[in-house]
Amino acid sequence: MSNAVDQYLNLYGDYREAIGSHSAGVLNARRDDGAEALARAGRFHVRGDEGYEKTSVDEMFSPDFGVNVNRVNMPVDVGASFRCGVPNLSTLLAVVVNDRFVPSSTLIKNLPAGLTVCSLAEAAREMPRLVEKYYAKAACMSDASVALNTMLVQDGVFIHVARGTRLEKAVQLVDIFHSSTPLLAPRRVLVVAEEDSHISILKCDHTQGEDAACLSSEVIEIFAGRGARVEWYDIEESNASTSRRSQLFARQEEGSELHICVATLTNGVTRNDFHIDVAGGHASTRLSAMAIGSDRQHIDNSSVIRHAADYGSSDQLLKYVLDGNATGAFEGVIEVCHGARFVEAYQSNRNILASSGARMHAKPQLLIYNDDVKCSHGATTGQLDNNALFYMRTRGIPEAEARRMLMQAFMVDVIDTISLEPLRDRLRHMVDRRFAGVKAGCAECGSGCPD
Amino acid sequence: MNKEYLDNKNVDSKANAGCPSPVADSSGTSVIKEVAEGDYKYGFVSDIDTEIIPVGLNEDVVRLISAKKGEPEWMLDFRLKAYRHWLGMVPPKWGHLRMPDIDFQAISYYAAPVKKEGPKSLDEVDPELLKTFDRLGIPLQEQKQLSGMAVDAVMDSVSVKTTHKEALAEKGIIFCSISEAIRDYPDLIKKYLGSVVSYKDNFYAALNSAVFSDGSFVYIPKGVRCPMELSTYFRINASGTGQFERTLIVADDDSYVSYLEGCTAPMRDENQLHAAIVEIIVEDRAEVKYSTVQNWYAGDKDGRGGIYNLVTKRGLCRGDYSKLSWTQVETGSAITWKYPSCVLMGEGSVGEFYSVALTRNHQQADTGTKMIHLGRNTRSTIVSKGISAGFSENSYRGLVKVTPAAEGARNYTQCDSLLLGSDCGAHTFPYIDVMNPTAIVEHEATTSKISEDQIFYCNQRGIPTEEAVGLIVNGYAKEVMNKLPMEFAVEAQKLLQISLEGSVG
Repeated sequence: MSNAVDQYLNLYGDYREAIGSHSAGVLNARRDDGAEALARAGRFHVRGDEGYEKTSVDEMFSPDFGVNVNRVNMPVDVGASFRCGVPNLSTLLAVVVNDRFVPSSTLIKNLPAGLTVCSLAEAAREMPRLVEKYYAKAACMSDASVALNTMLVQDGVFIHVARGTRLEKAVQLVDIFHSSTPLLAPRRVLVVAEEDSHISILKCDHTQGEDAACLSSEVIEIFAGRGARVEWYDIEESNASTSRRSQLFARQEEGSELHICVATLTNGVTRNDFHIDVAGGHASTRLSAMAIGSDRQHIDNSSVIRHAADYGSSDQLLKYVLDGNATGAFEGVIEVCHGARFVEAYQSNRNILASSGARMHAKPQLLIYNDDVKCSHGATTGQLDNNALFYMRTRGIPEAEARRMLMQAFMVDVIDTISLEPLRDRLRHMVDRRFAGVKAGCAECGSGCPD
Repeated sequence: MNKEYLDNKNVDSKANAGCPSPVADSSGTSVIKEVAEGDYKYGFVSDIDTEIIPVGLNEDVVRLISAKKGEPEWMLDFRLKAYRHWLGMVPPKWGHLRMPDIDFQAISYYAAPVKKEGPKSLDEVDPELLKTFDRLGIPLQEQKQLSGMAVDAVMDSVSVKTTHKEALAEKGIIFCSISEAIRDYPDLIKKYLGSVVSYKDNFYAALNSAVFSDGSFVYIPKGVRCPMELSTYFRINASGTGQFERTLIVADDDSYVSYLEGCTAPMRDENQLHAAIVEIIVEDRAEVKYSTVQNWYAGDKDGRGGIYNLVTKRGLCRGDYSKLSWTQVETGSAITWKYPSCVLMGEGSVGEFYSVALTRNHQQADTGTKMIHLGRNTRSTIVSKGISAGFSENSYRGLVKVTPAAEGARNYTQCDSLLLGSDCGAHTFPYIDVMNPTAIVEHEATTSKISEDQIFYCNQRGIPTEEAVGLIVNGYAKEVMNKLPMEFAVEAQKLLQISLEGSVG
């Protein structure tokens, strides 16, 4: 058994009661399963394992992180997070400080009918049957990171959209890391969109302060019922001392639509997994992601879209621009199960290496067990088009600016997949600022995000 | 489109039995079914006296093989080092294959057709053996030497006859069995053997290095363009044995050679192991073209028997502006696990990989290539066409690696899969590692079936469905077939046609 696994199993052994006493029955009920699964796995994935060619999860979990078992209140400037608001986009805001859920007053007072957004532990206490029906049902426990999360998680976010509810406002979750000592935050999000409901969720990750190392162990489960539409937007703007191990598991029923868009702008080490199970017929999935890396940033996205029913469609677009000594990795699988007919699945991965120290690893994969399908993938790694650069310079645009414009144009495809127009504009602006190398837009904000 | 027309279940398998023509009549696809259900024409066993050593593997067996071959001490050391290293290794499991554990102690590691002294001419070669190669259509006989192809025939791991040796020797070309080369050209062998595929490379490479019994050696001197195609035919004949041959090709500066490889085996219920190594060294401005038509016995329609083809093939483009081109047509073997690779070391060196892999019944293939760009301005092209039918699994697995020093490297990869039937699988696993910002790497892959529109279009023009499928598949594979030398292209095309027929449905 690896040292990393050992230290967390020991922690669980020592604080089992304390962890449970600050949580809820439904979450506690799966804790031992998590511990068993973690012990069975024996280790986290290391660099070189199939599917983990460039990222060592073990290295992410190895440091001696503290876990806020006793729910000590860590003061954080919650007000700062309000500045993360998207201009012209009115949202229902909630903040997650490390792993503690803090709803905004709007969320408490003006929650639209048919929508529940609350702490996962609270939901588990008040609606145990509903939470139990979905909790840890999509996440695959055989993965050591999921097992660890299930073993240690005490709270999280629960979002439920009742049948037929179509929300006009997006729900915004602002995740803030703040700790003076190295901290591991097991985060959990459970989204249940019942039949014919619509919801958009925007999640932003920030780290306040630069001092201590933080690790976010995040498990997100999304259930999209018949004809439901779920949009999940995730923007990461953390710092070099933050590691993020995020795993999203989604299950789609018949005729549902799932749209995921993830942008990694600043970070330390990030590994995002997307496991999407297209279980119902005529369901569609769109996954888009962008990663902008510089310095020693490490960004690894991995996706598995599994088509188990007829007439499914999926479209993936992932783009990376890597500068400095940044490393990027992408591994994507399209799986069409035996008997899933008339599936159309596409995957595209485009990468630009802007410096000699940048590295990119791509592994797009197709696993096809049926003949009546149309599936394709494409991956390219290269540099900016010299002709385009030359053309712009002949028109008097300085080289640095021309480069920035081209890189921004390169990312436009991903931004355009977002259906919320104000968010599109905001992200375009953020990407522009990111390429311009501008950080910490507002002096009074500790989040360090661009203005 | 009439779906039943493509359905095997609706076809009378007795009708038209034995008809060699792939043309389907209006009554259905019976011919195709006949062919599909086991007409592996190379499946015969030759009655040749064969010397087989007892099964099992230990140091004594390695020593025995070396002694039987009359090898010098340094060669035995090479084998023993490999064997000792192999003991500490485990078989790789990462392939997308369902492969039962192989009992390496249940295989005989040496089987050779019995011969008195080495045959001076074809008259002295066992007539049964000649008959065997005749049936395989291999031009061993003198009269066929006009066909302009030099052949080294390897049966059960031992080279039985190499033709055209003298004509080649005039140009300074060495083409002989590797045993002869160890005896006659020890300096060359010492220099090159294991220099591209080390015995530490992988499990099966270590095994081969310990027990290889024969193979071919080719040396093309500086500035020589080999006047004819060189060819090796591999044949497993004896039962309960494995075949472990080794090929070493060295193309010195400014030389050119085209090398062909073909393989067949009898039909048996047992699985037989073939673990070969091919090493190629290409020096400055030299070019090597290596073509394979792999038609080992693939097992019966229920997946019984067949060859496990677990092969390590790698070429080192050491010289500047050197070129190595791999072309393969894979239709046989129960399990194929091979990745012919190019290490592009010299500046401006070029690597190419063209492959058609067809699997049907219960065959499994996990094949592809590795292009490792080390030098500046190196280029590589990968074109892989997979065709799966029946209950087979066909995977492309390829690595493109651009190292930090490979300025201006360029790769283009295209891998397409065609699925014929809803019970088979087609998979793609490309690994792309780029460590240089001036490199351009492109990969695209598609998976689809033959569309009903295409078939309908052909039907409209009076082409029966069966032929239409053949036509479309041949068109699909044409890009690779065109890269094969003429001698092989015809054979490969026929093979593809025969293998494919009956898989439709």
